[in-house]
Amino acid sequence: MGMTDTVPAGAHPEISFYEEKGRYGGIFSWIFSTNHKRIGILYFVTMMTFFAVAAVLGVLIRLELIAPGKTIMEAQTYNAIYTLHGVLMIFLFVIPGLPAVFGNFFLPIQIGAKDVSFPAINLLSWWLFLAGGILAVVSLFTKGGPIDTGWTFYAPYSIRTETNVSLAVFGVFLIGLSSILTGLNFLTTIHRLRAPGMTWFRMPLFVWSLYATGWIQVLATPIIGITLLLIIFERFLGIGFFDPTKGGDPLLLQHMFWIYSHPAVYIMILPGMGAISEIIPVFSRRTIFGYKAIAMSSLGIAILGYFVWGHHMFTSGMSVTARVVFSFLTFFVAIPTAIKVFNWISTLYKGSIDLASPMLYALSFIFLFSIGGLTGLVLGALAADVHLQDTYFVVGHFHYVMFGGTGFAFFGALHHWFPKMFGKMFDERAAKLAWGTLFVGFMVLYFPMFALGWHGMPRRYYDYLPQFQSDHVISTVGSWILILGLALMAINLLAALWKGKKAEANPWGGTTLEWQIPSPPPPENFEEIPRVDRGPYEFARETV
Amino acid sequence: MKEYEGKANGGSTGFQPVKNEYHVIPYRTYAMVWIGLAVLTGVTIWVAGIPLGRFNVLAALLIATAKAGLVLFFFMHLLYETTLFRLLLPVALITLASIIGLTFFDFSFR
Repeated sequence: MGMTDTVPAGAHPEISFYEEKGRYGGIFSWIFSTNHKRIGILYFVTMMTFFAVAAVLGVLIRLELIAPGKTIMEAQTYNAIYTLHGVLMIFLFVIPGLPAVFGNFFLPIQIGAKDVSFPAINLLSWWLFLAGGILAVVSLFTKGGPIDTGWTFYAPYSIRTETNVSLAVFGVFLIGLSSILTGLNFLTTIHRLRAPGMTWFRMPLFVWSLYATGWIQVLATPIIGITLLLIIFERFLGIGFFDPTKGGDPLLLQHMFWIYSHPAVYIMILPGMGAISEIIPVFSRRTIFGYKAIAMSSLGIAILGYFVWGHHMFTSGMSVTARVVFSFLTFFVAIPTAIKVFNWISTLYKGSIDLASPMLYALSFIFLFSIGGLTGLVLGALAADVHLQDTYFVVGHFHYVMFGGTGFAFFGALHHWFPKMFGKMFDERAAKLAWGTLFVGFMVLYFPMFALGWHGMPRRYYDYLPQFQSDHVISTVGSWILILGLALMAINLLAALWKGKKAEANPWGGTTLEWQIPSPPPPENFEEIPRVDRGPYEFARETV
Repeated sequence: MKEYEGKANGGSTGFQPVKNEYHVIPYRTYAMVWIGLAVLTGVTIWVAGIPLGRFNVLAALLIATAKAGLVLFFFMHLLYETTLFRLLLPVALITLASIIGLTFFDFSFR
C-alpha cells in the first residue's frame, strides 16, 4: 500500500511538526520558523483574520444598501468600506489564499520533499505579507483618511483624492513582493526537489496548478509593483505619468493595472482548480479523467491570461480594433477552463461518489464557478459589455468566480486537508450544515446582482432608485445567511481543534503522498525520501 | 570543477544531490568580450553621428541588444547554462514584447 517501495514513509513518527523543538519557543517558534508547514499555518491565521474583517465590511456594505439613501453610514465611509473590502479580500485573501496556505503546507509533501527550496525566503514572504497587510490597515487611521478609490486605484482619481492612497498602495506593493518570492520558491522547489521517481506527469494536479501559478506570480506581479510605485511618484513628486494636463495618460494606468490584475485572476483561481482536482478523485474513488489535459490546461490558462486584459477596458476609450481583438482573445480562455470542468465531471462518471463535506464544496465549486465563468463570457462579448460594464452584473460575476470559485475551493481544501494539517477530525454533520447554509446564503446574496446589473444598477453607488430595492433586500438577507454559514464553519473547525478526535494518517483514503505520512506530519515530513513508482491517483492499485 | 550537495535550511532539507558545475573561463575570453563591448560603444557613438533619420534609433537599439547579448551569454554565463535557463530569456522577452505590443497597438487605430 502507498506510493513507496521503501519503508513506509515517516516510519518513526515520534513527534509532529507542532512539537518540534527549534531555536525559539512560544510565539517565536512560529514567527521565526522556516518550516514550510508552520509558515503555511502562519499564513492561514493571518489570512483568516483579514478575511473575517473583510467579510464583516461586506455585511456592512449590504446593510447600507438595504434601502435607498442613508441607512447606517455616510457616503464617504461607504466609499472607504467597499474599497477596503476589495483590497483586503483580493490582495490579502483571494490572491495569496490557496498557494500561501495549502501550497506552502502541501507542495513539498506532495512531491516528496522535506521543505521548499528557500525556506528563509519563504519566511520573508510571510513577513512582507504581514507588513503589507498592516500598512494597508494603518493607512485607514492616518491623515487624509481611508482610501476611497476602489481596489483598482484608477487614475486620475487616485492621483487627486485627498485620502491616504500612498500608504495603502505601498502596502499592496509589499504584498506583491511577497507573492513574487512565493512563486519563485515554488517554481524552484518543483524543478529541483522532486523525489526520485516523481516525474512531471506523476505530480499531483495541485502541484501542476501551483507551477502554472508560480510563473504568473513571477512574470506578472512586477508590473503591478511598478504601477503602484508610479502612483506614489506621481502623488509625491508630481511626475505626470497618468495626469493628461502633464502629458500623461490615465489609460496607461488601466493598461498597467490590468496587465497584472487579469493574470492575477488566474493566480486566484488556478490553485483552487488544483485543489478541486485533488478532492474529486479522492471522493469518487477513481483516477482523474484526463490528467494531462488538466495539467496542460493550467499552463494554457496561465499563458492565455496574459493577452486578454483589455476586456476590463472596453468602455475606457480604446480603439474599436483594440476592443475587438481583446474580446476575440478573451473567448480563448474559455477553452482550457472548459477542459477542466468536463474532465472533473467525467471523473465522477461511474465513480464511487462519497458526498463528504470536502466533496460538497468541490461540487458546488464546479456549479458556482461555471455560472461565474459563463457570465464572464457575457462580459467578454464586446457588445454586451458596453451595457453591463460597471453594473452589478460585474459584481455578481466576480463574486461567483472569486468566492463561489476560489472561496469555495479554499474551504473545500480546508476541510479536505484539515485532518492532515491539525491532526483532528471535525464534526461531519456540522460541516455539511455549514456548507449548506453557506451555499444557500451565497446564492441568495449574489444571484440577485445579475438581475440588478441587467436592469442597470451601477456598481459602487451609495444610493439607488427605488425600483432596485427589492433585489437589494434579497441580497442583504443573503449576506446574513452567508455570514451565518461562515460562522458555523468557523465554530465547527475551532471545536474540532479543541476536542475533535484524533485524525488517522489517511482518513479519506487518498493516494497522494501527504496521505502516506502521519497526521499532523513530522517536522521533516518523511523519515526517508520516498521513491515514487506510479501516478498520483491510482486507486485501483491501492489494495495491492 | 567541484561538486557539492545542495543545502537549504542549514543542510537539513536538500536531499537531492545538486551537481553545480563551475566553468572555468579563461581571462582571455572575458578580456575579448570586454574589448568587444568597448568597440561596440565606439560604434554607437560613430553611428549616432551619421544622419540616418529614424534609423538612428534602430541602429542604436540593435547595437545595444548585441551588447546586452554579450553580457548575458558570457559575463552572466548563459552560454554555459542548461536549456531551461536559456529558455527563460526568450520567455521573458516574448512576454514583455507581447505586453508592450498589445498596450500600444491601440494607438495606431485611434
